[in-house]
Amino acid sequence: MSGLGRVVRSGVRRRRVQTLVTGLATMLAVTVSVLGGSLLVASDGPFDRAFAGQHGAHLTARFDASRTTAEQLTSSAHAAAVTAAAGPFGTATLDPHTGADLGLPANASLPPMTVVGRTDPGGPVDDVTLLRGGWASGPGQIVLADSYGSPVQDLGTVLDYPELPGDPKLTVVGFARSVSRTADAWVSPAELASLGAPGTAGGYQMLYRFASAGSTAQVAADRAAVASATPPGALVGAQSWLVTAQGTNRNTALFVPFLVAFGLLGVLMSVLIVGIVVSGAVGTGTRRIGILKSLGFTPAQVVRSYMGQALVPAAVGTAVGALAGNALAIPVLSATADVYGTTTSGVAPWVDVVVIGGALGLVTATAWVAALRAGRLRTVDALAVGRTPRAGSGRRAARLAARLPLPRPVSLGLAQPFARPARMAGMVAAIVFGTAAATFAVGMGSSLNWVQAAKNHDTADVVVNAFGPPTGSAVAGPGAPSNVTPHRTRATADPAAITAAVNAQAGTEKYFGTAGTEVTVPGVAGTTSVFAFSGDSSWAGFTMVSGRWFTAPGEAVVPSTFLTASGTRLGDTVTLQDHGKAIGVRLVGEVFDPHTQTDEVLTEAATLAPAEPDLHPETYSIKLKPGTDAAGYATALNGTLAPLGVTAGSGRSHGESGTIVALDALTALLTLILVATAGLGVLNTVVLETRERVREIGVAKALGMTPRQTVTMVLASVTVVGLIGGAVGLPLGLALHAVTVPAMGHSAGLDFPAVAIDVYPDSELALLGLGGVLIAVLGALLPAGWAARTRTVTALRTE
Amino acid sequence: MMSTPVIELSGVSRRYQEGPAALDQVSLTVRAGESVAIVGPSGSGKSTMLNLIAGLDRPSAGTVTVDGTRVDALSEAGSARFRRAKIGMVFQFFNLLDDLTVADNVMLPAEMAGTGRGAARRRAGELLAALGIERHARAYPGRLSGGERQRVAVARSLMNRPPLLLADEPTGALDSASGEDVKALLNELHADGQTIVTVTHDLTLAQACATRTVTIADGRIAADVRTEAVR
Repeated sequence: MSGLGRVVRSGVRRRRVQTLVTGLATMLAVTVSVLGGSLLVASDGPFDRAFAGQHGAHLTARFDASRTTAEQLTSSAHAAAVTAAAGPFGTATLDPHTGADLGLPANASLPPMTVVGRTDPGGPVDDVTLLRGGWASGPGQIVLADSYGSPVQDLGTVLDYPELPGDPKLTVVGFARSVSRTADAWVSPAELASLGAPGTAGGYQMLYRFASAGSTAQVAADRAAVASATPPGALVGAQSWLVTAQGTNRNTALFVPFLVAFGLLGVLMSVLIVGIVVSGAVGTGTRRIGILKSLGFTPAQVVRSYMGQALVPAAVGTAVGALAGNALAIPVLSATADVYGTTTSGVAPWVDVVVIGGALGLVTATAWVAALRAGRLRTVDALAVGRTPRAGSGRRAARLAARLPLPRPVSLGLAQPFARPARMAGMVAAIVFGTAAATFAVGMGSSLNWVQAAKNHDTADVVVNAFGPPTGSAVAGPGAPSNVTPHRTRATADPAAITAAVNAQAGTEKYFGTAGTEVTVPGVAGTTSVFAFSGDSSWAGFTMVSGRWFTAPGEAVVPSTFLTASGTRLGDTVTLQDHGKAIGVRLVGEVFDPHTQTDEVLTEAATLAPAEPDLHPETYSIKLKPGTDAAGYATALNGTLAPLGVTAGSGRSHGESGTIVALDALTALLTLILVATAGLGVLNTVVLETRERVREIGVAKALGMTPRQTVTMVLASVTVVGLIGGAVGLPLGLALHAVTVPAMGHSAGLDFPAVAIDVYPDSELALLGLGGVLIAVLGALLPAGWAARTRTVTALRTE
Repeated sequence: MMSTPVIELSGVSRRYQEGPAALDQVSLTVRAGESVAIVGPSGSGKSTMLNLIAGLDRPSAGTVTVDGTRVDALSEAGSARFRRAKIGMVFQFFNLLDDLTVADNVMLPAEMAGTGRGAARRRAGELLAALGIERHARAYPGRLSGGERQRVAVARSLMNRPPLLLADEPTGALDSASGEDVKALLNELHADGQTIVTVTHDLTLAQACATRTVTIADGRIAADVRTEAVR
């Protein structure tokens, strides 16, 4: 082995702490960068990538089985412009009820579901991703789409279909995701055939991809081509992928700025920490460099040896970090895919290549600059490092600190960082990033929970679903997936009977009813949903962005999306075309409603009475008197409502949404990693500082400094750094949050009210500000313990 | 009448890993008011003995008692508290903290022991005046000569009025003029009744300051001679 090789090897072995810290810092930095880079990639057009990955359906078409045959539909795959097709698959819209094991009232009605019979999830179009469990291959099995809006979350859950012959029960054996949202559930073709409801014609689903489907006009032309290739009137409904893309993109747009901010924060912090650690490690070797030079090493050899000493642990750290990053990316990207409603294909190979190359390049460059500086020092000066006093550095701080009425170990520690301003700046920067990340994460968590609360608007204690048993065919009810064409309707039960039951039930404080209908609004494309409220709905839980809740017929509140689509402002009057009648409503409030994917208007039911006198509430939201047991109330009310065929259940949201859970988990994980990385930066700096001061510490211990006082001194030395880092990082995190949250809203077409941004209570701000101190103290604990344990005689001997 | 023992080493050995004993079965008693020089060649074990007396190191065998306290049985914190109360230390390379002024260096042991800053400042002022360096109180150690720095170190060692002063090669890093200065200082302290143990390989220092010279060779006491210091 050459002399240079021996120097590198001995440097790596003898300076174990720095070798370990360099390796750890590089590992964490690479892990964070892989995650951050993957988040950035995943946030770049998530729907388009997932749609392409699943060979998504440009058109999801539904055919009336009584007007066409499977063979005719198969041949429609040869229609003009069709490049790929899947199907025909049998399909039906069914009304599931809860079994006994859902934690909900038994036999409660779940949202209608479009069920498709498919032998497997794959295929040339709509290559469905199985998320959990297996595919439905046998009788009595069903796979639910994760987009199906129900509280069913567990495999093995049994769904009941009481209106079908034989009261069939299907067990959930899997959960799957179709980016094209072609179904709410899938069963085997044989199972679908056995589920045929009496009095309803069967249906077929065909999935098409076209050569050109980038615009509404192109998709319309494609649809026409398919219609002309099938018997007249057979095509009864079709869903364009553009509508699905619009809805999904609106949802994902809400979260893209958040994940991009986290990704960038991670990458930037990684660069910073690696820079701090490597330059610090090389910088402390200056005296050794002097010795090497006195032995005849040229500056170039010195530079090479120190680059080698930095690169050996960095290479190991990079390799481990890349593995850890790829392993951690699996749950992180899976959670991200849940947020985006897409699928994950793992870490993009180029992300690994860029991160690994970037990390090693950064280490090389940093080590090169630091070693070059040390290598250029005159040998005699390099040898003198640590043996001669540093002129003037930190003395003023030491003098000032000594005057403070604090125990001497504390004042000694407080002055220490000022002796090395550059090193202190690096440590402050690490803490700034850590504090900013924690502040941002806490704020995002609060904002997202606020969004969730606003989305739920679940202020009712008990809700009565007023739909009676299914009766026939034709239109969708509220809550039905927007991309399917329901073929049966369910009439609402007698409203007078329901309200009589609610009024008679002990514990009722107040209630309102909600009905849904569709109208058109001049200037707004497509249909607009109208939610019509009966009774005092002011407590419904909708959050106002501006204006007020409606108080009289003829007034309405709308979400930001409607204002944008209609080009109106509060105070304007818009015309609702309802059943051929024009109804003017004055917009009095802007409501925050992030879950809507269509334009909507909220008003009093009386507003629509001229056009729809028979519009009855589909749900009744009930507020109970204080002290009333909601479950007992619902059970008692269900007893009264049973003859009407409707059920009452909890009005509270069933836990957090999957999206919020995923985002919370992501936030927690990323924050933990960023804070740990910041702590590692502190640890490295304090290790360097403590090693450099080991002789001073030895002197102090020889003069009677106890181990506890030694720990106090080291921790005090980082406290001031932590305070400064916290003081800078806190406003930085707040600013990042204040920029990101509105950006999330704007990209989703929503205006966030101030209350969604001002989510930090004063006590939380104080705690977050002290978070910098916490990061600093946690990072300094290990070296402080080491300093306290170092034997005085050893410390005094240390050069 | 024999004065009270300040140091009692009984059968003390110190071994480092598998090598030969740095100290081997050494027994030594030093009484209050004595000024003892421990001399011997490099590696003979004299610094090891000093470290054991100061509680900076622990013996492999035997007991070390200083001013009635079993130093070898103290915890790390206990020996730190013991040092600041009972022992003043002077080092070859002064070991002053560069970032602190002379006064702050001198005050440090008292402040570490919890003495108020005002009281510590008064005591430091007295000591600096007594040692003739009060004009340097606000200066930093880097600006002083070697002799002046060692005077500061001596002032610091006396801050808590320790019954025992340990000096490790106190003239080893000084020119001859400064060395003479320090010798005179140690003699003055001894004349005032201070018990002093000085480790040195400088026989002239031993002759000048010590009333007793203990010679160590290969970890054992080779000679223990009472002398009269050359004043």
